[in-house]
Amino acid sequence: MKFADFVSVDAIRADLQSDTKESVVREMADALLEAGKISAGELDSIVKAIMKREELGSTGIGRGVAVPHTKHTSVDRLIGTVAISREGVDFESLDGEKVQLFFLLISPPDRPGDHLRALENISRQLRDDMFCKYLKQAKTREDIQHLLEEADNHQFSA
Amino acid sequence: MSEVKLSRTVVVINPQGLHARPADLIVKTACRFQSHLEIVKGQERVDAKSMLSIFTLAALPGTELVVEAAGPDAAEALEALCKLFERGFDELEDKSENT
Repeated sequence: MKFADFVSVDAIRADLQSDTKESVVREMADALLEAGKISAGELDSIVKAIMKREELGSTGIGRGVAVPHTKHTSVDRLIGTVAISREGVDFESLDGEKVQLFFLLISPPDRPGDHLRALENISRQLRDDMFCKYLKQAKTREDIQHLLEEADNHQFSA
Repeated sequence: MSEVKLSRTVVVINPQGLHARPADLIVKTACRFQSHLEIVKGQERVDAKSMLSIFTLAALPGTELVVEAAGPDAAEALEALCKLFERGFDELEDKSENT
């Protein structure tokens, strides 16, 4: 699976304003709403579901990366977005580091395979230090979009 | 003192596969031990103490994996990790948890 298969380009945020776990999740969900990927009526329910998932254990997976996610019946295919925080946000990550790179995923309840393949793609690409570094330095949505495209075209990882 | 190296084959049996929560359990369990712990899927070999690594396996239900442990507490570590797989990371739908 490629980034282009699940990342909603219009919902990419290069400069998150939020500084807490819940507000980051909300800001990213708002971005998906503005991009027309989720409906206003489902917004609160999606944010709640993601936060409930975080209670089971942080999705801050280390190296300054978090993958907040949930299953939700309102989506019929995997949707996601990417956001960057300049300052980093305390996400209760395993390694205690602040999180700068966020990949938010919402998947239909009956498609665990797609969710796993999205996680696989994200983690494979992030193993590349250059990709990680460039992504954290990206200043605009276009920069991020371009980096994701390059990653999809195997410009980074082997 | 020679280092003990052990391995065992496990199967992913929980319906959601190795998503974030099981990966988190694996990492937290693995980090309790000194031994070097790896999970092997075909040609791929990843560090069981890193979530990012575990995700690269994209292990769906039914996937066969080999857990390898090398170090002073290899036997205990292997047992603890394999138990997680055997329990389906406590995500098996039909588990009855009354009382």
